[in-house]
Amino acid sequence: MNFTLTPSQTVGPYFAIGLPWSAGPHVVEPGTPGAFTIRGTIYDGLGDPIPDHLLETWQADPDGRFADVHGYGGGSELTGFHGFARCGAEDGDGSYEILTVKPGRVADPRGRLQAPHLAVTLMARGMLNRVVSRIYFADEQQANVSDPVLSRVPADRRETLMAQPDGEGGYRFDIRVQGAGETVFFAL
Amino acid sequence: MTVEQDEPRQIYTPVADTPLAYRREPAGAHPPLDYEPYKSTALRHPRQPLVYLPHTLGEITGPALAERIGMTELDADLTRQHAGEPIGERIIVTGHVYDTEGKPLRDTLVEVWQANACGRYRHKWDRYPAPLDPNFSGAGRCLTDSEGRYMFTTIKPGPYPWGNHYNAWRPAHIHFSLMGRAFAQRLVTQMYFPGDPFFPYDPIFNSVRDPTAREAMISTFSIHKTQPDWAQCFEWDIYLRGPAATFFEEER
Repeated sequence: MNFTLTPSQTVGPYFAIGLPWSAGPHVVEPGTPGAFTIRGTIYDGLGDPIPDHLLETWQADPDGRFADVHGYGGGSELTGFHGFARCGAEDGDGSYEILTVKPGRVADPRGRLQAPHLAVTLMARGMLNRVVSRIYFADEQQANVSDPVLSRVPADRRETLMAQPDGEGGYRFDIRVQGAGETVFFAL
Repeated sequence: MTVEQDEPRQIYTPVADTPLAYRREPAGAHPPLDYEPYKSTALRHPRQPLVYLPHTLGEITGPALAERIGMTELDADLTRQHAGEPIGERIIVTGHVYDTEGKPLRDTLVEVWQANACGRYRHKWDRYPAPLDPNFSGAGRCLTDSEGRYMFTTIKPGPYPWGNHYNAWRPAHIHFSLMGRAFAQRLVTQMYFPGDPFFPYDPIFNSVRDPTAREAMISTFSIHKTQPDWAQCFEWDIYLRGPAATFFEEER
């Protein structure tokens, strides 16, 4: 049997009454050794911030294990590691901030090691479906060079997927949905 | 190809009900990100082509959220979150979460949010001059049971005007957020009510171009599940993407 997929609809402007929760941006519990922030702003095609956006991230722990709902992949053993973050403010200014740790390298289905990265879902009013991206780390050059997913991305656009060290122990990752410096989005 | 198909099983240990990859969504299954009648899409859609993403462990896993959010059974009843009862038609909204093969998705998080009976959201930015209801927040969540079933008690949301075009009104709807079983299954959508007079005029509803898929967003009134002297029932089943037939079926 093959049933009709339920279609996506926009998350709309008012999702903040239902979806975010106060600890949602914490991939790890505050105080976790090595925890840092990734922060940034989501911009539209005119370069204006998108205040009514919902951003979610999903990642492995530093050992490359996931806090999967059914324990798939062996399960994370890191105390306080959730793997998932959700950001979306009722009175947003277009920015987001998550607290996380650097994920380990995870093999792709062919056994090739991927570089440390976070999977990203972005939704907003004016978006009829989610867009999917990834956050890589600019200071993981060696791993990035051999990453099997980055290798599919045109070389001149890979930079849009790189979180940059912010000099304070964290990273900055902006998303440009459209136009100059448009972030790479994936067909999942 | 044979060697490639065997390979992932050496890397990922399969567990029950976890596909190794998900079926690629057919063109037109979801609305286009660039859809002129819905004006806000103009500056909020990518212009560059999407890059093909293989399904790795991160795409086929997903979080456990119920405990982290601190969910309780009361979260599924939007009529009992305040001292008094909300105004409006009391309804039960229930159905299943399946994958497109028809397999129920158990223990998956279903989140809803909606306007009140007058069509007003309890949100800072909602300026529609209709009354807020002190007894209605308009948000709920639950986990599906072992058969993939979810159930909410709420009140029927009203339609409301918006600024997309002259005299634009949204058909009454409830927003649904589905975590599915994996990052690849994540879906946010809207459930509509049968016979809504605003359907022909709503660009968001009509952004789904395939009529079968569009009508799949409309719930069904059920007299059998309507509770006598208590609440009308609307049923709505949700289908998330199912497993790929073979691991590298569409790898490229």
